Amino acid sequence: MDPGAKAAAAAVTVDDVRHVAMLARLGVSDERARALTRDLNAILEHMAVLARVDTTGIDETAAKADGGMRLRDESAPCVQLASKPEAFAPEMRHGFFIVPRLSSHEDVSA
Amino acid sequence: MSAEDRTATAAAIAESVRNGKRLAQDVTTAALARARHVDEKEKLNVFLQRADKQAAEFAGRLGAPLERSAHHPLLGVPFAAKDNIAVTGLQVSCGSRILDGYVSPYTATVIDRLRDAGAVLIGKTNLDEFAMGSSTEFSAFGPTRNPIAPDRVPGGSSGGSAAAVAAGVVPIALGSETGGSVRQPAAFCGIVGVKPTYGRVSRHGLVAFGSSLDQIGVFATTVTDAAMTLRAIAGRDDLDATSADVPVPDYMMAEASSLEGIVVGRPAEYFPAELDARIAALCDRAFDRMRSLGAEVRDVTLPHTAMAIPVYYVVAPAEASSNLARFDGVRYGLRVAGDGLRGMYEATRSRGFGPEVTRRILLGTYVLSAGYYDAYYRKAMQVRTLIAGDFRRVFDSGVHVLFTPTTPTPAFPFGSRSDPYEMYLSDIFTCTANLAGIPAMSQPIGRVDGLPAGGQLMAAHFDEARMFSVASALERGLGAEAHA
Repeated sequence: MDPGAKAAAAAVTVDDVRHVAMLARLGVSDERARALTRDLNAILEHMAVLARVDTTGIDETAAKADGGMRLRDESAPCVQLASKPEAFAPEMRHGFFIVPRLSSHEDVSA
Repeated sequence: MSAEDRTATAAAIAESVRNGKRLAQDVTTAALARARHVDEKEKLNVFLQRADKQAAEFAGRLGAPLERSAHHPLLGVPFAAKDNIAVTGLQVSCGSRILDGYVSPYTATVIDRLRDAGAVLIGKTNLDEFAMGSSTEFSAFGPTRNPIAPDRVPGGSSGGSAAAVAAGVVPIALGSETGGSVRQPAAFCGIVGVKPTYGRVSRHGLVAFGSSLDQIGVFATTVTDAAMTLRAIAGRDDLDATSADVPVPDYMMAEASSLEGIVVGRPAEYFPAELDARIAALCDRAFDRMRSLGAEVRDVTLPHTAMAIPVYYVVAPAEASSNLARFDGVRYGLRVAGDGLRGMYEATRSRGFGPEVTRRILLGTYVLSAGYYDAYYRKAMQVRTLIAGDFRRVFDSGVHVLFTPTTPTPAFPFGSRSDPYEMYLSDIFTCTANLAGIPAMSQPIGRVDGLPAGGQLMAAHFDEARMFSVASALERGLGAEAHA
């Protein structure tokens, strides 16, 4: 299917919202998932007009200002921090950020 | 601030401190007192944190004779910064529970540059969470009220900074723009708001939202103050590889009273039939003033304008969904325990992010997900190129600046925009400049039922000088009518 037609035809389902929430690492309740499904469908309905624009041969990265931006040297300046990560990290030990263990192999493949 | 200071410009304050008529400490003390008053007595909810100690110490150092030089164009001028701009020793909450209490270990380049110019930071201001919103109703720390009409929103997302200037706490403030978050609140609060060219100002220390769109902007009560402030913060910064290596002119030289030889474009798409007739009438008056000052007003078209909101609300959420992935409870900010690592991520982000941020992260993740990238994100980026091309063609045809309304309506009452897309339409006249990367600004052009209305000027990339020149002439041409 043409991508534009696909966008116009697509309707977000509750399962889509749950899948996307999983990708975004956001926990959403069933009730919230239903509300977000309505929201996303209402918003995406307005995006359907994009499918009607002829973009044949149009570059997708050409909207920026011309010139002026240059790559800096490999030796980027170092930002000095006024406090060590221990001052603001939720949990650190021996210079490492501590996180909970992966609870199962399912987590690895998710 | 004293009643006198509340209407004093940054230029006047700096001059009075420089010539010894005022002490920077006294100006700072007065601004901090006014900041307390607007939040504790007037309940405007402007500041998320005041910087009493830092401000007093900094202002004290400005008292030394060595510091009172012309090299400090903003000597002793108090300013406020949106709370998504980092300052060592102060919180940077982004209006979000997920960063509540997080104290920055470094300072943004824009703050350093304003301090180098002699300005005194007095506090961090309220905003829509992670700068996502058009009303400042989406702050986790409560909405900010519009100082002109406290039952109405100040606009957003930089509503706190706009209110700080409009309420006479500070003459200048910093905000940030992704789709109009400086210009729209400036229009709603009756002040000047400037979004520079993409790359004109360093974003080192600005918490990222939409990286191809974000720019730090300026609020002020006059065009001259806005120009002075932008001059102080603009220019290449090695700490931000996207800052442009383009010379920064002295915008103060751009002040003008005549517009002879200037061509002002009037894009038809920004004056639809359904535009509030009173705002249209104020724009017509502004066009008349510019004509009377010598400008040629030329009708132009920007045919892809209607696509701007759909494009913006694909591109910005897509970039936000990526940028906000870093808030995961591991290195800083909130952590909420959950089942294993993934459970911790989900519990932290669900508790930490509010409803609008959650909505945009999901929308952004959806349009980037397998099967939808080409249909939404790639398509939107291609249409974005067409929108930028519209502007390029108009400026290449000999038009120097464009003039439009900043917003389709004046400030709206709290809670009146419950539909997300209806709220998004607040940015309909502003987000095009962010998509194209061009400079744009809003300035007061009159009032509608006592509520401020803004007129928008847009210019070609890095042509802020011409934009300020026209704005300055229009400001003089309108005189007191700009606020009537």
